[in-house]
Order: sequence, then C-alpha cells, then structure tokens
Amino acid sequence: MTFIFKKRSNLPGFGLALGYTVLYLSLIVLIPLAATFLKASSLSWDQFWHIASSPRAVASYRLTFGASLVGALINLVFGVLVAWVLVRYTFPGKRLFDSLVDLPFALPTAVAGIALTTIYAPNGWLGRPLAALGIKSAYSPLGVAIALTFIGLPFVVRSVQPVLEDMDKELEEAAASLGASRWQTFSRVVMPTILPAALAGFAMAFARAVGEYGSVVFISGNMPMKTEITPLLIITKLDQYDYAGATAIAVVMLVFSLILLLPINLLQKWSSSREEKIPALAAEEIQ
Amino acid sequence: MRNTVLAGLGLLLAGLMVAFSIQSRAQGGEVSLLNVSYDPTRELYQDFNQAFAKYWKAKTGQTVTIEQSHGGSSKQARAVIDGLQADIVTLALAYDIDAISQNAGLLPADWQKRLPQNSTPYTSTIVFLVRKGNPKHIKDWDDLVKPGISVITPNPKTSGGARWNYLAAWAYALKQPGGNEQAAQDFVKRLYKNVPVLDSGARGSTTTFVQREIGDVLIAWENEAFLSIKELGPDKVEIVVPSQSILAEPPVAIVDKVVDKKGTRAVAQAYLEYLYTPEGQEIAAKNYYRPRLESVAKKYASTFPDIKLVTIDEVFGGWQKAQKTHFADGGVFDQIYQPNQ
Repeated sequence: MTFIFKKRSNLPGFGLALGYTVLYLSLIVLIPLAATFLKASSLSWDQFWHIASSPRAVASYRLTFGASLVGALINLVFGVLVAWVLVRYTFPGKRLFDSLVDLPFALPTAVAGIALTTIYAPNGWLGRPLAALGIKSAYSPLGVAIALTFIGLPFVVRSVQPVLEDMDKELEEAAASLGASRWQTFSRVVMPTILPAALAGFAMAFARAVGEYGSVVFISGNMPMKTEITPLLIITKLDQYDYAGATAIAVVMLVFSLILLLPINLLQKWSSSREEKIPALAAEEIQ
Repeated sequence: MRNTVLAGLGLLLAGLMVAFSIQSRAQGGEVSLLNVSYDPTRELYQDFNQAFAKYWKAKTGQTVTIEQSHGGSSKQARAVIDGLQADIVTLALAYDIDAISQNAGLLPADWQKRLPQNSTPYTSTIVFLVRKGNPKHIKDWDDLVKPGISVITPNPKTSGGARWNYLAAWAYALKQPGGNEQAAQDFVKRLYKNVPVLDSGARGSTTTFVQREIGDVLIAWENEAFLSIKELGPDKVEIVVPSQSILAEPPVAIVDKVVDKKGTRAVAQAYLEYLYTPEGQEIAAKNYYRPRLESVAKKYASTFPDIKLVTIDEVFGGWQKAQKTHFADGGVFDQIYQPNQ
C-alpha cells in the first residue's frame, strides 16, 4: 500500500491534496449517503424487501429509469448534433443559441415543469395538435420523458463541445486525402474522438434525470402504477412521516444508479484509452 | 489566577448581556412570531396578521411582526419536526399537528383540548367546482362516479385537503340507503378511477382544473372554490353544493417548546385567541372560511349555504384512526391502485 502511495507521489502535495479530497467527498457525499443506509437499516430485511418490491415501487423504478434512459439517449444523439453545429458552423445568432443550451441548468426545475406542462397540456400549443393525433403528451410517460430530455440537454452538448473544438481539422482532411468517404471520416475519425466525451455527457444526463423531481411532478400527472416517478414515491412516504420507508426506496435507487453508472464509466474509460491510438489505427484501416 | 477570575467575570457578564438582550427582545418594544400554515390560508393570514398587530400594539404597546410560511400541510409539519422554529402552527388537519407532538414532542398530545371547539376557530367544507353552466349536470357525489365523468382531486397521500375530499365521499356513500363499509370502498374506488391527474397539493389541482382545463369537476375546499371564482370571474366556473359533505376542521396550536425558548408564549396565545374574537371571525368569513361565532355566521349566512355536515369523529373515530385505515401504506386508498383488483 505504502509502495503505491510513494510511487504516485512524484508530484508535490499528494498527501495534502488526497487528504482534502477524501475529507471533502466524505462530508459532501459519503456521510449523507451513509446516513441513508443507516436509516434504512432500522428496517428488518423482510420489511425492506416488502417496501422495495411492492408493485407500485417497481412500476415507479421502471418509469424513472426507463424515461431517464430514453431522455439521455435522445440527448446523446441530438446533443452531439447541437455541439457539432455550434462548433463547426458560423451563423447569425450562434452566440445566442450557445447560451440557450445552458438554460435548462439555470431554470428552477419547477418553472421548467410548469412551462412544459402549459405547452404539452391537452389545451396547450403543442399538446392540442398532439392530442388531435391521438398522442397524449402531458400526464403520460411520454410527458415524463419530455421533461427529462429537457433537463438533460446541456450535459452532452457541453462535454462534447470542447473536444470538437480541440480536434484538428487536419485529421479529417488527412482522412479525406487518404480516400475515406464522408461516412468513413465521421465513423472512424470523428466519432472515436468524441465518443468518450459523449458517453460522459450521457452518463451525467442519465444520472441527473434519475434524480429529477421538480419538473416531472407537474407534467406527469402522478398516477400510481402509471406515471408516478420514484422520487415522488419517496416524498409521498416522507409526507406520511414514514422516514424508514422513504430511505428504503432511496437505497434501491442508489444501488440501481451505481450499477448503471459503473459500466457507463468503464465504457468511457475503455473508449478514451482506444482514442489515443486512433489516428494511427484509422489511417491503417482506411488504407 | 487573577486572569482566570477576570476571564470568568467577563464570561459571566457576556452571558448576562445575552440573556438580557433576549429578555428585552421578548418583553420590550418588539416581538416576532412565525406562523407555519398550509397552502390556502395565504390570503386569510395576510389580513389577520395586520389586524392582530394593530390590536396587540394598542393593548401592550409592543410591535409584533408575524412571519408566514405556507406549503403542503404535512410538508410544513415535517419542517417543524425537523427544526423550523414555529411559534404557531395552523395546519389543514389535526393529524399533522399530532405528528409534531408524536415525532418531536414539541407540544403535548392533548393539544387539541387547549382551545375551544377542537382548537379550530374557523371551519370549511368540501364542495364541487364545475364548468360554467354545469354541462355534465353534476349535482351530488353519485354523479362523480358515473362513467365518462372526469374528476380532479389531489393525492390524499400528499395533500391534507385531498384527505378531506376522500373522507367526504366515503361518508356520503356510507350514509346512503344500504350503505356499509364495502359499499363505501367500492364508491371511492369508482370515484378515483375517474381521476386522470393526481396533483400533490390542493393548489396544484385547482391549476389543473382551471388553467389546463382538464376534468369536469374539481373537488375542493369551499374557500378555495370561492377564491377561484373571485379570481377567474363567475363566467368561467361555478360552485355545486352536494347534499352532504364533511365538516373540515383546520386546527391551530402553540408550539410549546419553541415559545418557551423564545419567550413568546403570551403573544402567541393572544394571537390564537384573537382568531376567536368577532374581529378574527369576521376576517375568516371574509376569506371564505366558515366562522364559528354565531353572530358572525348569521351575518354571512348568505355566503355559506346550509349543508348537512358530518364530522370526522362521528364517522371515522378521529384522525388517528382514519389515517391508519385509509391513508397509511397498504391502507384502503393504496388498495384502489393495486393492480389486479
């Protein structure tokens, strides 16, 4: 153990920096999370399981994680597109669009929820034509996905944008001069470069969506078994002074989130380690 | 040695000064109260606080500032349990104040016996709000369970008002010829099958009904219904009074541990008692709460129609029991939404 520490400490201030990091993470993240687990442990295993696996809770996990995944996937595709447009093209109002991307960050989530509900409600601007087509947007799982897409928008854009800005145009030109088609240039040269950043953005958008409460409760309709998200179920339990029951569900969410975030992070690591070899690889493959 | 004595004396002096300043703040020229209340009382306490400040100034010469906090009733109770320094709580139902007593011990269990009439200076009831002209001909509770009627009411698990709605419907079904527990359970089940959106609070449901134009009927506090009409104009919605409803008693209480710590017991007590005076009752009635005082009630008789009202004690055996049977996890309300039933 000491060996590893010594080996890595060739930069000065390692002990101090690590100490602060551990303290900071403990205070901000670990201690509150530990308290959650501690509170949940006041339940017996049977009680815990009964609460955590009740049909209503399971339906809410399905909705929360499903809609979050849908929202993050939409953001993965369109976030890369938005970043591409913002970096590669110049057009009037570009600055404005660029700052618009951050708006979902800055807006209080309740405001976002009310605004989205007003628009997608059956009497709203978008809700009315959708309803005429037989599509129920607000007060349905679709509404939940819409809200989660909205709040997750900045993550992929903001993580992909700097990578694209740093990317040498020469790489693409080289690929083209070596006879690569446009699709090959994109899939073999551009994509591998931005993939780690895009995945990181995807993971953040997903994590953010799983925990989202404020905007969703307005648009979802909150029907048990149908459009009730897990954070609402937790609030419902708290409102009945059932602190232990609420933490039981919270623990399930935490574990699920960890299980889902871990592979995403590994994937991101793997693709960024691949990235270093890309120019050589790509040139090889194209030839 | 001398230094220690000096330091000790200094500390004592500082302590005395702090004690004195707290004392003088409580008994001198100024005092502040925090009233933690639920959602629809905003307008009521805005008016009442002004009147009380004037009254208290004239009586004692003391300037009282009253801070207000509003939100969902059980959320507010939880804030007090978690340490919000409320001198006074004025919540939607007795169960929430019971919870403060049980979970934090901030006031004694028999708090509701300390003020007249179940510690409820004003009451309300549950009525229907329908679209102008009542296009679906909704007259009474049994119209709400008909197929094709869309009913808006908040979630009883998160909203105090919604619990009154639910219990009013239950009590109606129980009092019908041949009514029993099973019939009542079927009745509320059919009613909630007609609910397309369950908001988390009473104001949220009002918004859904009024702004989003969803639903044919909103089950609402009488005072909320009056407020909606006042704000929207009588050409949009109208009130329908059912044949029977429930006497909704939103109680008030002093939080003993807090007022004793802050030294505000006298003014807090006076604040609550002022609610029972003709002036306080008048303000309640103007804000569409039903006054308790006979003389004021008579004056506003034209505003508040006569409804046959049942109480929670006579039909449900009090809040503790009603909460446990109907709204606790796995209770009757949860069973409505269990699949395959």
